[in-house]
Amino acid sequence: MAAALEIRNLHVSVDNQPILKGVNLTVKQGEIHALMGPNGSGKSTLAYTLMGHPAYEVTAGQIIFDGIDLLELEPDERSHLGLFLAFQYPVAIPGVTLANFLRQAINAHRRAKNPDDKGIPIPEFRRLLKEKMDLLKIDHSFAGRYLNEGFSGGEKKRAEILQLATLEPKIAVLDETDSGLDIDALRIVAEGVNALIGPDLGVLIITHYQRILNYIQPQFVHIMLDGRIVESGGADLALRLEEHGYDWVREKANES
Amino acid sequence: MVRRRVELKEATVPLTREDVVALSERLNEPDWLREKRLAAWELAESIPMPTTRDEPWRRTDIRSLNWDEAMHLADAGDVSLGDVPAELYRPLIGDRQGGLLVFANGKLVHSELADEIADQGVIFADLATAAMEYPELLQRLMMTEAVLPDEGKFAALHAALWTHGVLVYVPRNVHVEYPLHSVEYAPGLQMTATHVLVVLEEGASATYLHESASPTQEHQILHLGATELLVRDNADLRYVALQNWGENVYNFGHQRGRVGRDGKLDWVVGEMGCRLGKVFQTLELDGDGSWGRMSGLYFVHGRQHLDLDTQQNHHALRTTSDLLFKGALKGHSRVVWQGMIVVDPGAQQTDGFQANRNLLLDRHSRADSIPGLEIQANDVRCTHAATVGRLDDNEIFYLMSRGISREEATKLIVQGFFDPVMQRIPFEEVRERLWASIESKLDAPS
Repeated sequence: MAAALEIRNLHVSVDNQPILKGVNLTVKQGEIHALMGPNGSGKSTLAYTLMGHPAYEVTAGQIIFDGIDLLELEPDERSHLGLFLAFQYPVAIPGVTLANFLRQAINAHRRAKNPDDKGIPIPEFRRLLKEKMDLLKIDHSFAGRYLNEGFSGGEKKRAEILQLATLEPKIAVLDETDSGLDIDALRIVAEGVNALIGPDLGVLIITHYQRILNYIQPQFVHIMLDGRIVESGGADLALRLEEHGYDWVREKANES
Repeated sequence: MVRRRVELKEATVPLTREDVVALSERLNEPDWLREKRLAAWELAESIPMPTTRDEPWRRTDIRSLNWDEAMHLADAGDVSLGDVPAELYRPLIGDRQGGLLVFANGKLVHSELADEIADQGVIFADLATAAMEYPELLQRLMMTEAVLPDEGKFAALHAALWTHGVLVYVPRNVHVEYPLHSVEYAPGLQMTATHVLVVLEEGASATYLHESASPTQEHQILHLGATELLVRDNADLRYVALQNWGENVYNFGHQRGRVGRDGKLDWVVGEMGCRLGKVFQTLELDGDGSWGRMSGLYFVHGRQHLDLDTQQNHHALRTTSDLLFKGALKGHSRVVWQGMIVVDPGAQQTDGFQANRNLLLDRHSRADSIPGLEIQANDVRCTHAATVGRLDDNEIFYLMSRGISREEATKLIVQGFFDPVMQRIPFEEVRERLWASIESKLDAPS
């Protein structure tokens, strides 16, 4: 059965300031959702909360993943279940190579499944990494660089997608993966995501602009305003936003 | 562990001139050496015990040192190589060992030097042997150019009481192909005082690793160290010193490297052990075009207190110094680093750099990082940087979001933090051993 990420009536505060005010959303494996909204509407708060950042306090509601209550779990346990977050601003870890980091992450996942696991054999890891790098058209020398340190905007986002490809989650949240990318970098990253999309991966694309959706076709589009999802629809909803902006959504939300 | 009440009283050295004579006799030393010791003892008696009123000791209070308990000069009795953990003296590169000296409780228990290196005229000997076989060398070079007995109380005490040590002497234009390695292990309860003297004559080159370690015991133990590195014109020395004394040891050290014209000194220190450590480490760039790099790495926890006083002194034209000290702190530990770059008048085209970076893993640990510059020439480039930072929650969250546990995430960040200094240690085997010791401290409760 397809795994699902269910967000039910989610309320979240940061520094006692309510940001999310009752979010409802379900993303299933194999589905592609886009969550759009203006700056400050709460999109990134939702992303961080899903992954369990300690600064985001859930004051009401639930997040259920594959039938399990995520709110009880640490970020690493959420990852083991098959949830992934591609960060808008990936953090640099000086002195730790991308390859070393990915191997540790893979081994952590293997140990979560089987506590006796001895870790992925190095040759197998090298093969896997090469294969995924080729899939995403990433130069092999990338593996030896320190994680996100001195990476360009495009390189950081590609490294995020490489992690996505390597860890093979069930549901991936892409937080503003298109931000700060020029058109060529955006195309490369989007092609990378498209190469991974299939029946085993559900995707929630969080974005400010419609342009990434020219490359990755969502089946569902949701609009967030002031901490709530105020409008949901098909791919055409994104085009309507592109044409008319957010004002009509605001007006409609104020009326109801 | 039982925590004892520490009585703070005016410190007095419990030994006398007769103890110095007895030590010299026990070591069967020639007269000239005994005279040297006695002169240093007189000097030591005339220098007052440092207190926190003295500027270099302002942040390091040594009154918790119980001299009566820590300063015993007993004979070590029978010791052998079997008393030393084997991982300390495993070959450094594959199965090749250029030379190996092992001391236990200050006594030489193993000595070897590859024939082809000995045939080049290289001396790699314990100091007791060197005093008999190469008296002229020691008379001329030991504590006459680098560390002088009158530098301070502990330098003078060391000069009077050194118990053992190593002489490395590389003749002109000789390149020592395989690394030299010395190990001292002190499981006993007597104080030790180690002297390392390295002399590279003109155009010579060598790589040398010196390690010290002991298990942590209940009793306080004193260690007085001195390191002298004489790198002559065009010579090239890579020197790595790792200190992992038990956390009952009070360690005081003076270390000085001198570099001649176009010479190079690549100097790495690892400071892991001790209850309290105070080390003065000085680089003297004497010759035009000389180069020196000082790299330091430390990890302290519990109630460890480490005070590192570094100096980079530029005395000549076109000299370069580069210092990078990185350390992590856990528990209630404390680190003081005071660094100074001094550029003499006329030392033009100096390029001096110093950076000290501290990573606090606990809210109870504390690091004081005090860089300094004293520049008396006008055509120089000197920069410094000092940071004290904490583990970044966002870094931890990022790693955890990929399935890595909090503990493993912390380890990865610490490993990454140390990587730039670790890479300066030229032996994989040593890097691994050092990392294992860091890892065990990370795993231990704070």
